[in-house]
Amino acid sequence: MATMRYREALGEALREEMRRDERVFLMGEDIGVFGGAFKVTEGLLEEFGERRVRDTPISENTIVGMGVGAAMTGMRPVVELMTINFALLAFDQIVNHAAHIHYMFGGQARVPMVVRMPQGAGHQLGPTHSHCLEAMFLQVPGLLVAVPSTAADAKGLLKSAIRDENPVVFIEHESLYGERGEVPEAPTDHLVEFGRAAVRRQGSDVTVVGISRQARTAETAAEVLEREHGVDAEVIDPRTLRPLDLGTILASVAKTGRLVIVEEGWPHGGVGANLAALVAEQAFDSLDAPIQRVSGADVPMPYSKALEDVAYPHTRQVVEAALRALSEAPKVPAG
Amino acid sequence: MATMLLIRRFEERAGEMYARAKVGGFLHLAIGEEAAIVGSARALHEHDYLVSTYRSHGHALVRGTAPGRVMAELFGRVDGCSRGRGGSMHMFDGQRRFMGGYGIVGGNLPIAAGIALASKLKNADEVTLCTLGDGACNQGTFSETMNLAALWGLPIVFLVTNNQFGMGTSLERHSAVTELRSRGEGFGVPGWRCDGMDVADTHRVVDHAVRMARNDHRPILVEAITYRYRGHSMADPERYRTKEQVAQWRKRDPLDTFRSRLQSEGILDDDRYEALDDAARLQVEEAVQFADESPFPAPGSLYEDVYVLGDQVSGQYSFGTPQSPGDGDEQPPTEASAGEIPQQITAALQEADDASWQGAGGEPEQVEA
Repeated sequence: MATMRYREALGEALREEMRRDERVFLMGEDIGVFGGAFKVTEGLLEEFGERRVRDTPISENTIVGMGVGAAMTGMRPVVELMTINFALLAFDQIVNHAAHIHYMFGGQARVPMVVRMPQGAGHQLGPTHSHCLEAMFLQVPGLLVAVPSTAADAKGLLKSAIRDENPVVFIEHESLYGERGEVPEAPTDHLVEFGRAAVRRQGSDVTVVGISRQARTAETAAEVLEREHGVDAEVIDPRTLRPLDLGTILASVAKTGRLVIVEEGWPHGGVGANLAALVAEQAFDSLDAPIQRVSGADVPMPYSKALEDVAYPHTRQVVEAALRALSEAPKVPAG
Repeated sequence: MATMLLIRRFEERAGEMYARAKVGGFLHLAIGEEAAIVGSARALHEHDYLVSTYRSHGHALVRGTAPGRVMAELFGRVDGCSRGRGGSMHMFDGQRRFMGGYGIVGGNLPIAAGIALASKLKNADEVTLCTLGDGACNQGTFSETMNLAALWGLPIVFLVTNNQFGMGTSLERHSAVTELRSRGEGFGVPGWRCDGMDVADTHRVVDHAVRMARNDHRPILVEAITYRYRGHSMADPERYRTKEQVAQWRKRDPLDTFRSRLQSEGILDDDRYEALDDAARLQVEEAVQFADESPFPAPGSLYEDVYVLGDQVSGQYSFGTPQSPGDGDEQPPTEASAGEIPQQITAALQEADDASWQGAGGEPEQVEA
């Protein structure tokens, strides 16, 4: 174990996988000479050279598409997009091509590629650089979607993503790049399997599911709930949205009877909306109270700090949502 | 000649099958473009890659995909070359390095460049031939891909099949610069031109381009001047062009022209031509029969191949599927249908004044080495 930052853990994952597998190569804007907009790829150009660490022009759709073509013919490309908002320029290649090629060619072709992108508000980057759009990718069959919230998961999930045979949309969070955590180091081959949620905190009163950075907010909220309200919250980080470890969430809801879902993205058709529907469909009888959703505000992300602060969830909103869920009396067991 | 005939007869028959509702969705025929397809693809080695557009039946055929499998794909059958998942616009034959037809105009360009990049990274002696239409030259991916292909020295040839129309919008109405061969030059991609109605000329120019891409690791763009006789798709009333114009181009029919040439050179007599044509018709008949006999995909196979699933999978991948994909198919059965009834095919050709039409063709230019 070593303590490192989230960004360093991602860099380590890339380094280890590039050392392990000659087919892995990187493409992205300013990932080489500049060292990466968020310094994730710092030092990789020096170790692996221009052939495998490829600075690209500002052509998001085409660099993703080139990744698709290279993946179809045996390579393992990892494409970095500077923000998730820029990924919208590549939506054609991600959705119409990367996600669908395996299916539309009857299983003959595979697209084992990773598209990395950071999301998230908090840096006053305004309406074109700050959104959380994981729900847009979650909707697309054929894509896997990872949303790591810790340094260890960032490393383990990225290594797994690179080895996966499917296209992976790998969503990092800008506010987490500097966060430190304990991360297993080589020679440990630290892999985190897709489709396995992490229970960050055991609890019996209410289940709080946090997406991406909001898994961290949920943990902080759980501490406040315990300290100030005597509430014992269970915190779950799904870590990947496709595949989704619904089983762990349902088991927790069966125990607590109450569910709060925290995400930073928009509420309409969001990750929380989807998860709430799944839980309501499959575990309605377990619920003692309406599901509470905490999400980003239904607005383009504003620039001004005063507005940005109220446009995405913080600990206080999560605590309030949990208390709302707990304000309903538990159902009297039948019989 | 045999392959051009096969494509012609295949397309004619596919059109008939569409009218009989055996084929659903869109059907884009390449009648008139046979020389551009065969002349270019024959410049490739077996291990080279071919990437096509939504007009992709001929490209599968020229690479050697069994006509029956192409027809079965049109019929939406399980023996189709994309197992009935792709249809007319999404043919694929990885074994023959036909890397697919793509339904998004311009969407295939980055993918083709990525394939060429992989060849370069692997130090493999492979060239990628990427076909696109005149309409695709106005997509952002065209400019982006030209720049990247030149910047990174990729072994790729772009063949612009200039059939004079981006769907119903004629070349001079969709492109400020109608000499499409020059469109890559600002990005460092040399542009040549060939007579896409002449299989020998197309082959000569593309062969040269493929050699250059292979030896010098650089992209070349070749503009093949051609024409499609049929509408953009089967649902095209063709109000944007005149019968006279179509008739004018038909005089330069790639099959007739090549036949005359082979006859004048004493290579092909009428008997031999008839024999080739009969063989093509027979192949197509057998293809129809094969497609007809192939079953529709089972409704239970709906979720197959959405994901590549290995041994260590957990979690829910697809909505409505069991958490563990190994638990088997429990999808509700749905009716397998032969696809939608084709839209009304109208032959209404407007007599619009089209006197300004000059065509972008003219004499094919010499290759500049």
